[in-house]
Parts: sequence; C-alpha cells; structure tokens
Amino acid sequence: FILYHYSTIPRGKMAVLQPYPDFLSISDWTREPVSTGTSIMAVEYDRGVVIAADSRTTSGAYIVNRVTDKLTQVTDHIFCCRSGSAADTQSFADMVKYNLQLHTIELEEPPLVKTAANMFKSLCYRDRDKRIAGIICAGWDKRNGGQVYSIPLGGMCVRQPFSIGGSGSTYIYGYCDAHFRTGMTKEECIQFAKNALALAISRDGSSGGVIRIACIEESGVERLLFTGNDIPQFSNE
Amino acid sequence: MSSIGTGYDLSASTYSPDGRVFQIEYASKAVENSGTAIGIRCKDGVVFAVEKLITSKLHEPKSNRRIFTIDKHIGMAAAGLIADSRKIVTRSRDEAANFRFTLAQPIPVKHLVDRVSGFVHAHTLYSAVRPFGFNVMYGSYGSEGPRLYMIDPSGIALGYFGCAVGKAKQAAKTEIEKLKTQELTCKDAIREVAKIIYTVHDEVKDKEFELELSWVGEVTGGLHQFVPDDVFEDAVQYAKEAIKESDSEDEL
Repeated sequence: FILYHYSTIPRGKMAVLQPYPDFLSISDWTREPVSTGTSIMAVEYDRGVVIAADSRTTSGAYIVNRVTDKLTQVTDHIFCCRSGSAADTQSFADMVKYNLQLHTIELEEPPLVKTAANMFKSLCYRDRDKRIAGIICAGWDKRNGGQVYSIPLGGMCVRQPFSIGGSGSTYIYGYCDAHFRTGMTKEECIQFAKNALALAISRDGSSGGVIRIACIEESGVERLLFTGNDIPQFSNE
Repeated sequence: MSSIGTGYDLSASTYSPDGRVFQIEYASKAVENSGTAIGIRCKDGVVFAVEKLITSKLHEPKSNRRIFTIDKHIGMAAAGLIADSRKIVTRSRDEAANFRFTLAQPIPVKHLVDRVSGFVHAHTLYSAVRPFGFNVMYGSYGSEGPRLYMIDPSGIALGYFGCAVGKAKQAAKTEIEKLKTQELTCKDAIREVAKIIYTVHDEVKDKEFELELSWVGEVTGGLHQFVPDDVFEDAVQYAKEAIKESDSEDEL
C-alpha cells in the first residue's frame, strides 16, 4: 500500500501520479486500513446463544482501539460479531439494523435470526470483491430458538451449532472441535468461549485486550466483561 | 342505491361536492356483475368457491381460472374484471417472491395484503389510470393460523371470517352467516361453499357455470391447492342434493 501524490505540474503535460519519496514518508500505520483483525465466536445452547469477541482494533501494527466492542446489536434479540474491515462491518450492521427496524414494524413481530443473517449475506455477497467482512450473526427468536449463522468473506450464509471467525480463529480450530459438545448449559458455553478466545488472543497478534461476552435468550441480553486476571492463562512458553 | 355523479365522475382525480370519488364507486359496479365468489375462514384453514359463468358451449373445463396460487401458502380468488385481476396476481406473486428472497421467510398474508392494497389504491389517485375493477380475496394458513382478507377497488383491505362478492353476494352472505364458521373444518366447509354456490346460482339468467373449489389449511399441510377430484365430486353431489331437497320443499 503506497501513498501517491500529484507531482508539480510540468508545463504542457498532465499531472503525474508519483509515490511519496522516502524523506517525505508518513508512518506506515496511517496508510493501513483499520481492521478488526480479531477473534470472534458464537455458540448455540438450549435456550439461546453465547457470543464472544476480543477487543483489539489495529491499523497495521498500531492498536487503534484496545477496548473495542465487536458485538453489535441489530435488534432486541439479534447480534452480530464483526471481523475484517471495521468500516465495512460497521456500515453493514447499520444498514441491517435500519432495515430490521422497518421490518419489525411492518410485520408486527420481532424478526427471525435467519432474516437478519440473510440481510448480512446480501450485503456481503454484493460487491464481494471490494468488501472484507467476516460476520457471525447470532440471536434468539420465537420460532427456532437460539441460532448461529456464519457469513464468511465470500458472502455465503450457513447455520452452525457454533462458529469461530477472525484472524485469531485459525489457532483454535483444534481446541474448539475437541471441546465443543451439543447440549451444553449457558455456563459451560461461556467457559468454552472464554477459554477458546484466551488461547486465540495469546497466539494472534491482531487479537487482544479484553474478552467481551453476551448471552442472548428469550428473557433478553446479558453482557459480560473479562479483563486482566479474569482471562484464563494457559501454559505457553 | 346508485346516484349519477354527472360532471364529477369523469376521472378518479375529481371529487364530487359531497366528497365522493365516483370512478371508484363505478369500479365496484363491475364486480357486482360478475360470477359469485365466496371465501370462508374455518377452524383449520380457508376455502374458496367461485361460480365461473360460461358463455360458450365450446369452453374448455378448468381453463380461464378465477382462483390463483400466489405463493405456496397463499391463495387468491377474484371477482370482477378478470383481466384486471390477472395484473394483481402477477404483482402479488412478485411481492411474495421478492419478500422470500430478501428476508428468507414466506410472506405473512397480512403483509402481502398491505402491499397489494397500496398498489390498488395508487390506481385511484390519478386521471391517467383507472381504478381496478375487482374484489380479490386472499386466504392463507401460515404460522399465524388461517387468515382471509379482501381488497376492494378503493384499496381498502379488511380481514374476514366469511365474505362473498359478485352477482349473488347478498344471498351468499346470508347463507354464510347461517354457518358457524369457527367450528367448521375445511372438509366440512368445502361442501358448504359448494352448496352455497349452487343455491345462489341463478338458473334463469345465467345458464351454464363451472364451479371452482380450492382450499389451504391443515388438510393440505399449509399449501394452497385446488381440491382433489374425489373431494370435488363429493362436494358437488352434496350441493346438488341440497338443492333437490329445497326444490322439493318448494313444490309442496
């Protein structure tokens, strides 16, 4: 990613685009797009879903925000976990939130998680070449209970019992596959998510900060925050 | 009771001095001249019956339908100018399919009716187009249970337990009111509506007619379908016997 500038216009010629010469260069991180290089996950359980994320937003190697909230609410009972470009995912979340508000009023009942997930999918799939957004849409609705939908980079949408995403997720596929069970309780899910994210954070430079968790059930949303010593420590030299 | 709105009735963009838009009222007249259509919302579904008047001996049965399927779970019966109703069928199908595509769920019939009635109403605002000349009934059996709605040419949509439109709507309405619709199942109701159509059909003025029957409910697993042949035959027989009985009562 090289910053360009227009050089002084020679007489009689068009302005020419040239790279910044070294002695004029600005810090690398100011040129990097802001990304939520991330660890996110969501887990279904009997009465609802547990979603979790780290809190680091980076621009290159600079941490722009170390206490980010990557768990974004789109309706009373539906959230999304955002990874990839902060700009892309924030604007998608805004659009889906707006459309679901209108949809709720027209239908006179809360939207289905499947509907929200498909809205995210439409946005991600359109202009898929230009967008970088890995989204996990999770929530609770009356018809199908707790659901997790994974919408990775290309814009597909698939429901899964649990889903992990972001740059940090690559380090915890084995851990998650080994430790996930269907029929876990809410507390077991929270512990599962906390452990998985702690491991991801410890290995991924783009993930860190605090672990934010939200539990979504019929009764509502409960938000939890784990900082410092509350984050599980595993042995890693 | 009809009044002539001389001078104020040439376009839908003109009010009369007493605040009426006569073109819309005239559109309703088009419905009053068409074959009767009735719909009943029962305990476990919705049934439609339409008296399709046949003007030609060469008419092919089951062609020129007046009952349509809008989406898997929604059916529609039309009375009035059938060519106008074809347009609304296409519009309804587009709305339902578009909803399914963008929102990943079947359209609730109440919402479909909201959208379509807005479309019908839009045609009552301008002098460049004329209001639609139909009453259409929508029936569905979705997650909210059985639902029956009707849209009239002015764009007003109302929910019903039973409704009738067309030539014999008064007589048909009276018959429907005699039924306890909330206690009927679709299987009972389908025979009743067939009977009502046969009863209200005017043998003198209109010779031939073809009966169309359709239902959507528990019995079809939520899909809108024309009734199977055996159910149709049974309903027609029930209807004809009921007429014979009432005829023989008259003779006495």
